[in-house]
Amino acid sequence: MSTETPPPEGRTTAEPDWETVQASPEFQALRSRLRRFVFPVAIGFLLWYLLYVLLASYAPSFMAIPVLGAINLGLILGLLQFVSTFAITTWYVRWADKKFDPHATAIREEIEGGQL
Amino acid sequence: MTLAQSSIEGSNPILNIAIFSIFVIITLGVVIYVSRRKAASSASDFYTAGGGFSGAQNGIAISGDYLSAASFLGIAGAIALYGYDGFLYSIGFLVAWLVALLLVAELMRNTGKFTMGDVLAFRMRQRPVRAAAATSTLAVSFFYLLAQMAGAGGLVALLLDIRSTVGQSIVIAVVGAVMIAYVLIGGMRGTTWVQIIKAVLLIAGAGIMTVWVLGLYGFNLSALMNDAVARAGQAGTKLLAPGAQYGASGLTRLDFVSLGLALVLGTAGLPHILMRFYTVPTAKEARRSVVWAIWLIGLFYLFTLVLGYGAGALVGPEAIRAAPGAANSAAPLLAYELGGTVLLGIIAAVAFATILAVVAGLTITASASFAHDIYINVIKHGKVQDESATEVKVARRTAVVIGIVAILGGILANGQNIAFLVALAFAVAASANLPTILYSLFWKRFNTQGALWSIYGGLAITLVLIIFSPVVSGKPVNATTGKSASMLQGVDFHWFPLDNPGLVSIPLSFLLGYLGTVLSKERSDLKRAAEMEVRSLTGAGTEKAVVH
Repeated sequence: MSTETPPPEGRTTAEPDWETVQASPEFQALRSRLRRFVFPVAIGFLLWYLLYVLLASYAPSFMAIPVLGAINLGLILGLLQFVSTFAITTWYVRWADKKFDPHATAIREEIEGGQL
Repeated sequence: MTLAQSSIEGSNPILNIAIFSIFVIITLGVVIYVSRRKAASSASDFYTAGGGFSGAQNGIAISGDYLSAASFLGIAGAIALYGYDGFLYSIGFLVAWLVALLLVAELMRNTGKFTMGDVLAFRMRQRPVRAAAATSTLAVSFFYLLAQMAGAGGLVALLLDIRSTVGQSIVIAVVGAVMIAYVLIGGMRGTTWVQIIKAVLLIAGAGIMTVWVLGLYGFNLSALMNDAVARAGQAGTKLLAPGAQYGASGLTRLDFVSLGLALVLGTAGLPHILMRFYTVPTAKEARRSVVWAIWLIGLFYLFTLVLGYGAGALVGPEAIRAAPGAANSAAPLLAYELGGTVLLGIIAAVAFATILAVVAGLTITASASFAHDIYINVIKHGKVQDESATEVKVARRTAVVIGIVAILGGILANGQNIAFLVALAFAVAASANLPTILYSLFWKRFNTQGALWSIYGGLAITLVLIIFSPVVSGKPVNATTGKSASMLQGVDFHWFPLDNPGLVSIPLSFLLGYLGTVLSKERSDLKRAAEMEVRSLTGAGTEKAVVH
């Protein structure tokens, strides 16, 4: 069951110089790459959720507008919160796998190889 | 959860107890088996199963940890009685996971080892911040634990037909004892497997009932909802739109916004959820865990929507209100309506299993926080011979103490109106923990004083606002029952108008963390801050931390 990877061979025993790594252009790019994705998306879904909560609390008659049989706008907007949550999850995982992990791994290997 | 006076009609207590006993025997067997393969003797093994779970396993366990009896029985019941308003809870509980996914899970996995305190104290002065993190962890875990244990008392009356206080106390003690056994024998590895088994049973059980209900209506959700409306008579039209529970006045509307805020920001600050991220080897697996958890939890809440309206349509709100446990009995009553005594027994056992798995997760989190943060780092200044073994010994003893406290607390709180404790746990997690976590991970200047202000400030503000809120005293007396909906009867010292403090306490805690930082002369430790940031983003140095 254990999938723990052993420490890579040949790693220097000395602590890496974290401040140098942090100041490196590669790391700065990685940092802004992450922040440019997660901050706007987090603000976006929180506002979308807030909008939903405010509509549910203060505009119940709007939520009660029937759409299809007993299914009204409120139910559809509620289910859309589920849909958006699933969609953002999938979007983030694809982004992280393709656009973030390779860069993070590259820097990590440099650190553990003692090159930085 | 309200105290029930008699059991549900059609319930066969002996069958229920038998099914529950089978669950306990099987899970105990699994716990013994997995801990024999690898004894939980080192701290890393006891707290986090050595970080050896896969993302999928951990994701299932997270949903097992998160979906408490309150979310199963409570939400289904709320939808059955209040319709749309019950659904609102589940949306907050689900969307909250995006905070964990995007901002917290991976970065915490990369910087911490066992507890929330590891991350918060990473670049701060160790002792004060660890003490604060442990205080908040213990507070949240205690509120959550008490709510679960007292809920067990109500559930006993409801499902096993044990009406005497002594009998219910014995069952609460048995639940507590089994939980202590899981934690002592299996550590985090055993607890995780209990949560996995429970999650599979719970989600499968709810899924089967959902398909069954939908099948009765030709898989037409609209027809099902129309039937629920028709069955509810005059109140029926209110079921479909928001407002049946929260729409009464401007204050209750504001209260709902406040609750919504605490739900969405609290999850990523719950210590027992955060600790689960350490049971996987890498940040990537932590990400996978959250993805699994989001799909499973989302699916489960969609099931509860159908089950709630299904109970409203097939059982009817009058029968639910008249049943012992009222709203909480909606799902069990629906099970009986569908599959008779046997399905009711299975659902009853699943509800019990739910409580067991959740309290075991809480106990291991609280004991890890005490042993690792308070005992080793605060009391012993991090200087202990044979640290790992000492830590496990202390954690085991703490687990027994916490288990006993939970049993006694559960017995004392049995029948009390303590449903607000879960909301309180979320409010403290959102106010004291989340701001501190986010500042630690994303704000370079954040320092020790800022962390202390946001943790203690958030905790204190939340507690004070709850104590002086209508949930504790001063709600109007109900003419028919002659009782107030507040916890205390006959007194009124409330001055805070809302039931849920989140709207005030969460922004204030963020503000306190900021003020504490900028008003302090202390410079943040830039070297440690650099290490924390590089490690959190790249995962460098994590193996070393685990091997120690």
